[in-house]
Amino acid sequence: MSGFVTIDGIKVPIEGEPNLLALCRKANIDIPTFCYHSELSTYGACRLCLVEINGKDIDASCVVPPKDGMSIRTNTARIRSMRRMNLELLLANHKQDCPTCDRSASCKLRDLSAKMGIRDVRFKRLRDDRPKDDGSVALVRDPNKCILCGDCVRYCSEIQGVGAIDFAFRGSDVVVSPAFGKSLGSVDCVNCGQCAAVCPTGAIVPRSPAESVWKALDDPDAIVVAQVAPAVRVAIGERFGLPAGADATGKLATALRMLGFDRVYDTAFGADLTVLEEAGELLGRLERGERLPLFTSCCPAWVKYAEQFYPELLPNLSSCMSPQAMMGSIIRDDEARRAAAPAALPSSAASGALGAGAEAARARGGVAKRVVVVSIMPCVAKKYEVSRPELSRDGGPLVDYALTTAEFASMLEEAGIRFADLRPGAMDLPFGFATGAGVAFGNAGGVAEAVARYVGSPMSPLTGAALEFADEAPGGGIRSATLSAGGRELTVVSVQGLANAKAVARGVLDGTRKADIVEVMACPGGCVGGAGQPIGFKPGAVAERRLGLADADGGRELRASGANPFLSRFYADVIGGAPGSRRARELLHTRYSSKKRIQDTSIPLVRGGAAEKVSVKVCVGTSCFLRGSQAVLRDVLAEVERSGLQDLVDVSATFCSERCDKGPTVHVGGKTIHKADAAAVMAAIRPLLASTAVAEAAVSFS
Amino acid sequence: MAGSDKGRIRPGELEEIAAAYAAASGAVARRVVVCGGTGCIANGSTRVFEKLRADLEAVGEKVVVELDVHDCSGASAHLSKSGCQGFCQVGPLVTIEPDGILYTHVKEADVDEIVEATFGRGEVVERLLYRDPVSGEAKRGKRDIDFYARQERRVMHDCGAIDPEDLNEYIARGGYRAARTAIFDMDPAGICALVKDSGLRGRGGAGFPTGRKWELALRQASPEKYIICNGDEGDPGAFMDRSVLEGNPHAVIEGMLIGARATGATIGYVYVRAEYPLAVERVRKAVAAAEAAGFLGRDVMGSGLDFELRVMEGAGAFVCGEASAMVSSIMGNRGMPRPKPPRTAEKGLWGMPTVVNNVETLAQVAFIVEKGAAEYRRLGTAGSAGTKTYALTGHVANTGLIEVPFGATLRHVVFDIGGGILDRDGKPDNGAFKAVQIGGPSGGCLTAEHLDVPMDFDSLGEIGAMVGSGGLVVMNDSTCMVQMARFFMQFTQRESCGKCVPCREGTQQILALLDDIIAGNGSLETLDLLEELCENVAASSLCGLGASAPAPVLSMLRQFRAEYEAHVVDKRCPTGQCAALSPLRIDPALCKGCTACARKCPVGAIVGAPKQAHSIDPEKCIKCGACIAACKFDAIKKGAA
Repeated sequence: MSGFVTIDGIKVPIEGEPNLLALCRKANIDIPTFCYHSELSTYGACRLCLVEINGKDIDASCVVPPKDGMSIRTNTARIRSMRRMNLELLLANHKQDCPTCDRSASCKLRDLSAKMGIRDVRFKRLRDDRPKDDGSVALVRDPNKCILCGDCVRYCSEIQGVGAIDFAFRGSDVVVSPAFGKSLGSVDCVNCGQCAAVCPTGAIVPRSPAESVWKALDDPDAIVVAQVAPAVRVAIGERFGLPAGADATGKLATALRMLGFDRVYDTAFGADLTVLEEAGELLGRLERGERLPLFTSCCPAWVKYAEQFYPELLPNLSSCMSPQAMMGSIIRDDEARRAAAPAALPSSAASGALGAGAEAARARGGVAKRVVVVSIMPCVAKKYEVSRPELSRDGGPLVDYALTTAEFASMLEEAGIRFADLRPGAMDLPFGFATGAGVAFGNAGGVAEAVARYVGSPMSPLTGAALEFADEAPGGGIRSATLSAGGRELTVVSVQGLANAKAVARGVLDGTRKADIVEVMACPGGCVGGAGQPIGFKPGAVAERRLGLADADGGRELRASGANPFLSRFYADVIGGAPGSRRARELLHTRYSSKKRIQDTSIPLVRGGAAEKVSVKVCVGTSCFLRGSQAVLRDVLAEVERSGLQDLVDVSATFCSERCDKGPTVHVGGKTIHKADAAAVMAAIRPLLASTAVAEAAVSFS
Repeated sequence: MAGSDKGRIRPGELEEIAAAYAAASGAVARRVVVCGGTGCIANGSTRVFEKLRADLEAVGEKVVVELDVHDCSGASAHLSKSGCQGFCQVGPLVTIEPDGILYTHVKEADVDEIVEATFGRGEVVERLLYRDPVSGEAKRGKRDIDFYARQERRVMHDCGAIDPEDLNEYIARGGYRAARTAIFDMDPAGICALVKDSGLRGRGGAGFPTGRKWELALRQASPEKYIICNGDEGDPGAFMDRSVLEGNPHAVIEGMLIGARATGATIGYVYVRAEYPLAVERVRKAVAAAEAAGFLGRDVMGSGLDFELRVMEGAGAFVCGEASAMVSSIMGNRGMPRPKPPRTAEKGLWGMPTVVNNVETLAQVAFIVEKGAAEYRRLGTAGSAGTKTYALTGHVANTGLIEVPFGATLRHVVFDIGGGILDRDGKPDNGAFKAVQIGGPSGGCLTAEHLDVPMDFDSLGEIGAMVGSGGLVVMNDSTCMVQMARFFMQFTQRESCGKCVPCREGTQQILALLDDIIAGNGSLETLDLLEELCENVAASSLCGLGASAPAPVLSMLRQFRAEYEAHVVDKRCPTGQCAALSPLRIDPALCKGCTACARKCPVGAIVGAPKQAHSIDPEKCIKCGACIAACKFDAIKKGAA
C-alpha cells in the first residue's frame, strides 16, 4: 500500500507500515499501548491505541492497516476520555502497592496513568486477592498486578514456542496461569523470563537474591566473588543515564569492589574457556563423525527446552558447562588452593580437591572462610541454572546467587553508588581477563563466531570476524554461515528464540537440515536481549547493546580465545593437560537428562516369548484416545491373536507421545505411524516378521 | 468402502421419492405428531409417545413410526416425533391430522382417553384443548388458535410438522431440490447474485447481507474454503436456532450445501452448543442420512463436487457465537475473538476464507433457490426481506417460538399472537404493559410508544434497539428496570471472554454500579458515571459482545430515567422489587391491630398494642415480606407512603 494518511491534519506517507499505530509513531505521535509489540501478533485488547478514522469510526490503531486517503485523529476529547476510562478501569482492579513494587520505576501502567492525567479512579476494586505464584526459582507471579494484556502469553508461545502460560476462565475471572493453576516452577517454563521483560507491570518479575547477596557481603567469614557476564557491561549503564551499548566494564569493576566483593572476575574468561573445550569436542565429533551437529549449551533456557522437548538431541548438546558454571567451578577450585596456600599464587598450588584447602586452613588454626560466588547476568534462566543439581559440588551449588543486571543496578542504587560517575577499575586476574571472542558471547552468533575463530586458527590472536551470517528468515531468527576448517566446509547455524530452535531441531531430526554447529540463544539478540537487562520505555536498546558488545570485541587486541595467555597458564597449571583431558572434564563438563513430562511408561498387553520380537506401542493418551486409539488397540490385539502372532510381538499401551495433532500414534519397531488404523499397524508389523516361519503362516492374514 | 453406493439417491430420484411418500402417507388414515422438542420432552412427551404407540396397537391400530415409502400397506396410524412446535408453554403437544386437533398439556394419563375418544369415536377431548386466555373458549386446532394463526411460518413451516429424523419426509416436502438446482443449473456467482437479490440478511443479529458475504468468500482465491453454521445460540431465553436444528435439520444442511456451492467451500462445520444435546443428536443423524444418500461427502449428487460436513459441539461460551471466536474454538483454541480486519470471510479456519452463517439464515436458502428472490421478498420490508423468528416470553398470555414477517409491529406480536399482557397476579390486563426487551442481552428496550414501529433491522436500529437474535421479553408494570438491566448485565459480564479491557473490566463495573443503585447507595453521579461507562464500553470494545453489552442498560436508563432517579434520589424502588429501597409500612387506616403480622415477624420489627394500628421499625425490618402474607386486611404496603 502506498499513498498518504492524514494524521491530525498532517499528511504522512505510507511506507509499508502494517498498521496505523506504526504510522502514527513514525509521525512522532506516541500512541499509548499495553498489548502491542511489533514482534508479536496483534492482540487488540488494551483499547488504548484508539483513533478516530475518517471522522466517525473509532478503532484500535494497532489493527487497522493504513489506506491511501484515510484521515485519522489521535487526540480528540472523546478519544482522550475513552483512553482515560480504560486506564481507570485497569487501575481500579490493579493492586496498587506501587512504592514497594519491583517495577515501580519501569511500570507502564503507572507511566501511562501519569501521562494520561488520571487523578482519580471512580471505580471500586472488585477483584478478590489472588495468591502469588512463589514456586519458581527464577520468577515470581503476582496475578493481582496483572492487567491481562497477554504480552507474556504471546511471547511464551510465539517467540519461545513453549506456551507455559495462557489465559484461564472467563469474564472478570480471567487469569494468566500455567495449566491447571500449577506453579511456573512445575511446568514447562524454561525460565527465559521474557514474560517478565514484556510485562508492562510487576505481575511477573525475576526472583531477586539481592537480600542474600547483601548478607554475604556483610559476612566477615565469607569470601564473596563476583563474575560479570559479557552482556551486562553494555546494558547496566541504561539504569544510570548512560546510553545503551556503552561499555561499562571498568565502572562495573569499581562498583563491585565498592559494594564489598572480594574478587571481581569476568564471565568472559569462562567463555574463552568454553570455546576451547567446545571446539575440542567439535573436532573430536567431526573426526569420529558422530553426534553432529553440535548444539551449544551456554543458554540454560535452551538446555531445559531441549531436555523437555527434544531429549533425543541431548547427546548432540555440548557437554560443556555454561561459562557461568565453569566460572563457579574454577573459582571454587582456585579459592580452595588459595586457602591451602594463602601466600602463594593459585597457579603454584598443587592440584587438589576443594575440601583440601579448608582443611589446610583449619590445620593452621584459622577459620575456613566460606566462598560465595555471585554472578551478574543479563539472564533470568541463570537463576534456574545455578539450582541445577548437576551443577553442584560437595552438596553446594557452583554459583550461589545469580543476580540480573537490573537487580544488581538496584543494589547499586540502594548503596547510593553514582555508577555513571565512577572511575573505571580493572577486573582481578587471572579470571578477569578475556579475549574479544569471550566478550562476543553475549551477542547472538557470538558463541558460534568464537568457536569458529578458534577452530579456524587455534592459537592466533586473529583480528577479523570468521563468520559471515546470512539470514534464513527475516529478522535473523535463523542465520547460517560457512566455515572452512581443516579442509572441511562446516555449516554454522545461529538461532535466536526457541520457536526458531524448534524449527531447527525438527529439521535436524527429520534430516532436512544439514549443520555442523548450531548455536541456540533463547532471547532475541542473544544475551544482550536477556530478560534480566534493565527495562526501559525506549525501543531499540537491544540493537544498541549488540553494537556496543561488537565494539568491545573489535577493540581488543586479542580476539580469539586461544590467544588468552591466562587461559594457557590455566591449562598448564590447573588442568595439567589439554582441553577435554580428565581434569577438564571433571571441572568443566556436565550432563543432561530428559525432562519429558511423560517418560516411556507403558502397560504390556501381549508379551511374546520369541527371542526377536516386534514392539508395538499404541498411544492411549487423551488425544489419541479421542481419535480412536482404543479401537485400534482392540483390533490389533484381535488380529495378533487371530493370526497367531502372540509369541512374536510385544503389544503395549503407552501414554502421550506428544504428537497429539496426528493421533492415533502407534510405534511399530522403530517406525512411527500417525493417524494409525489397525490395517496400517498390521501392515507395518508384517515385513518385520518376514524372516520367521510363524510369520509365514501369519502373512496369510489380509 | 465397498457398497458405499448403496443408499445413494440419484438427483432425478427426488420427485419419485416425494410421490411415493405422498402415496404412502395418503394411505395411512391418521397422522399423530407428538412434539419432541426439548421443552415437551422435558415435560414428558417421550412417555406420551410410547404410551400412544402401545395403546393404539392395543386397540388394533397398525402403527408405523417410520413410513416405508415402498410398503405401508395396512398401516392405519403414522405416529411421529417432531421438533419444536413453538408453543412450549402448553406442552406436551399432540396434533392429530386430518382431524385438525391440537391437544395441549398432554400427560401419559390422558392417552387412554385420547385413543378412546378420538380414535375410537372420532370425538375431541375438550379438556385437552387450548383455551383462549381472555374468553376461556376452547380451540380445536392450530388454525383456530391466534398464537399460530397470526404467524407467518416460513422458516418453521415444517418444524413441528415433520419427523426430523426421516430424510424421506424432508424430500417429500421438496427437500434437496434446491441444492440440486444450485449444483447442476447454477454457477456460484449466480447463486450469490440470487441470494443478494432476495435481500436475505444474517439472522444472527448484525443483519449483514448474506449474498454479499458469500460473494466476498467466493472472490477469495484459496485452495481451501470453509462454511460454518453458527448454532451457538447463547442468549438467555432464545431458542430459535435450537428449534430449527431439532425440528428441520435437513433444511440447514441443504442451506449449507448451497452456501458451499456458492462460495467454493469443501468443508463445513455445524457448530452447536453442547447444551443442546437433542439438536446435536438430530443434526448428526441428519448429516449421516444425507451422507448415505450422497448429498454430502465425496461427489455430491454425482456432480464431482465434494462437501464434507462435520458437527462440532461448543463448550458453552456465549462469546463463541462471535465468528472469529468460533473459528478459534473449532481449531481447538480458546474461544476468544480477534481484532478485525481481516474478516473471517478472508481469513478464518486455518487462515482460509470461512463463511459463518446463522442457523436461521441457512434454513431459508433452499426456499430462495427454489421459489426465487421475488417470492422471498413477498414477505417483509424493502430493507429486511422475509420473516423473523422470535422467542416470545415474559408477562404475556402466550409464550413460545413465533415467526412473523419483518415489519410486523410489536403490537401485533404482543397482543395478537401473545394474547396480551398479564398483570402481577397473572391476570390478563393490557393496561399493565410496560416494556419489551428485544434482542436479549445485546438488544434494547421498547416501550408503549414503540408499539407501532415496524420491527425490522433498520427501523429498530433507528430507535437504538436491534433485532438481535430475536429474544422478546415482555414486561408488565411490576418489573423494576434497574433489576432488569442488572439481569442482562450479569449475563454478559459473566460471558465476556475477558480479553479486552472495556468489556472485561467495564461490564464488571457496570454491574457494580447497578448493584449500588439497587442497594440504595447510588446518586445522580452514579447515573452519570454509569452512562459514561456504558458509552465507553460500547464504543471501545473489541468485538460485538462488548459493543452491545451495555445496550440494555443504556436503553433502560434512557427510557426509564425517572425510575432510575427514584432509586438514587428518593431512595425508592417504584415497583417494590428492590428490597433495600422498598420499606414496608402498615397503613393505619386498614390495620385492625389483629397482631398476626407481629407474631409472624421473624425479627420482632412490628410493634403495636392489640386492636391498635401497628407499625414497622424500619431499622429492624429485613423486608422478608412474611407480614404481607400474614395480613388479612392488605394493610401492609411496599414503598414509601
